[in-house]
Amino acid sequence: MAVKLPIYMDNHATTPVDPRVVETMLPYFTEKFGNAASRNHSFGWAGEEAVESARQQIASLINATPKEIIFTSGATESDNLMIKGVAEMFREKGNHIITQAIEHKAVLDTCKNLEKHGFEVTYLPVQRDGRVSLDDLKAAITPKTILITIMYANNEIGVINPIAEIGKIAKEHGIFFAVDGVQAVGKIPVDVQKDNIDLLAISGHKIYGPKGVGALYVRRRNPRVQLSAIIDGGGHERGMRSGTLNVTGIVGLGKACEIAQKEMPEEGARLLALRERLRKGLEAKLDEVFINGSMEHRLPNNLNMSFAYVEGESLLMGINDIAVSSGSACTSATLEPSYVLKALGVGEDLAHTSIRFGLGRFNTQEEVDYVIDKMVQVVTKLRELSPLYEMAKEGIDISKMKWQTA
Amino acid sequence: MAYSDKVVEHYNNPRNVGSLPKEDPNVGTGLVGAPECGDVMKLQMKINPETQIIEEAKFKTFGCGSAIASSSLATEWVKGKTVEEALSIKNTDIVRELSLPPVKIHCSVLAEDAIKAAIGDWKKKHGVEVPVTEKAAH
Repeated sequence: MAVKLPIYMDNHATTPVDPRVVETMLPYFTEKFGNAASRNHSFGWAGEEAVESARQQIASLINATPKEIIFTSGATESDNLMIKGVAEMFREKGNHIITQAIEHKAVLDTCKNLEKHGFEVTYLPVQRDGRVSLDDLKAAITPKTILITIMYANNEIGVINPIAEIGKIAKEHGIFFAVDGVQAVGKIPVDVQKDNIDLLAISGHKIYGPKGVGALYVRRRNPRVQLSAIIDGGGHERGMRSGTLNVTGIVGLGKACEIAQKEMPEEGARLLALRERLRKGLEAKLDEVFINGSMEHRLPNNLNMSFAYVEGESLLMGINDIAVSSGSACTSATLEPSYVLKALGVGEDLAHTSIRFGLGRFNTQEEVDYVIDKMVQVVTKLRELSPLYEMAKEGIDISKMKWQTA
Repeated sequence: MAYSDKVVEHYNNPRNVGSLPKEDPNVGTGLVGAPECGDVMKLQMKINPETQIIEEAKFKTFGCGSAIASSSLATEWVKGKTVEEALSIKNTDIVRELSLPPVKIHCSVLAEDAIKAAIGDWKKKHGVEVPVTEKAAH
């Protein structure tokens, strides 16, 4: 079967909307366009009913109750709301927040912002495998700690944190536990009860739903989490998030969660098999390739690999019929490679050679085979062009060389 | 990011890829950049000591498409030129020829540095005083 080009393999960045999701959404653009807050006519009721049904679908996916789900514009807003909302509500109780080095910028920059307003933030390092150390976490807790915010799975390396263990520690200390669940929800089982999660940020477009819609799980019992709103207005979503609900988007997010829940076991296994085929294919045909982050604790659809001696951006240029992303950042003024890989202790030279593959629902085995062949071809060509590869083959230790840097 | 047609063309068909024997007294080698910065260029030239003409030029580059194109272009330009003519090539000439955007200017700077370093190495081998040339502005 001929492979259709270009191939999309960047599903950590975004996913296409599942056609079943689109179909469910369509009526809500036109005949069912009512404002869910309109309480006195059938248009409004239809909107409200759709929203409540979506709340149920999302709650079911993460083992929560519908009342614990709040709708937002996306995970960046959810991350902001869960962190700023708790910080402001509980600042009398303490001003210390714990997070970790390789969170998404929506979490890191929110924490940095709070530092400007009197909060103290501990950024835990990660271990070589990309996971947070529980000992480091315990050591960082102070009587002033009000919030621990750690991501479920990382967006670059797909590494999954020991969330249940962290949740247990947070609960023992009476500290709220907020989780950026963007990459994990819908991909692997996430259970807010088992994991003792108090707040969980969810995105629509990472799970084959539409962009511009997200959700936040806010625990109502044991303990009840109260939040200060960051958007004021009509008091929607029990006062936690004002603004007319994006009914169409919410319907899509709900349907996406329903599909994810139903198909997760099968889809997870299929993606894992494809990922392993990709990994083994590349490892068999290329020397000096290195995997970044734990293979054991990793999302089934992620592969992050460094192709030593080949700069990432030139690699992307050679495989321009395949959409993936690179940890190199030759386009930025600072030339800084990925902060995530740096935090893992991956040398900057190898960080510049990294590629992130994000497999998704619509990738096929034929596409994986095409990607393997193309990668091998381009890496081989660029290594012939690479002075570093030549030096390595001559037995020169590149790390011990003195380089003329600007 | 979109690359100019000329960058793409050099990337797809790089000129003068390879290596010359570095021990050859007539070969000058320039190795500039650093792996942790994401750019390393090796530029080599075989220079006739009688005529001072650059008879051969080879390169290998670890770096983005613009870095590869800049060094490929540099080898094309220096070939057949005298040492003095080659030293007059400016990074801005490379920027213009390849239509490099501002974020890629450092690639052209590196190519200019590589030309100077290769010629400097050759001059050292021939006991010529190497003038302390101003490094191109980074």
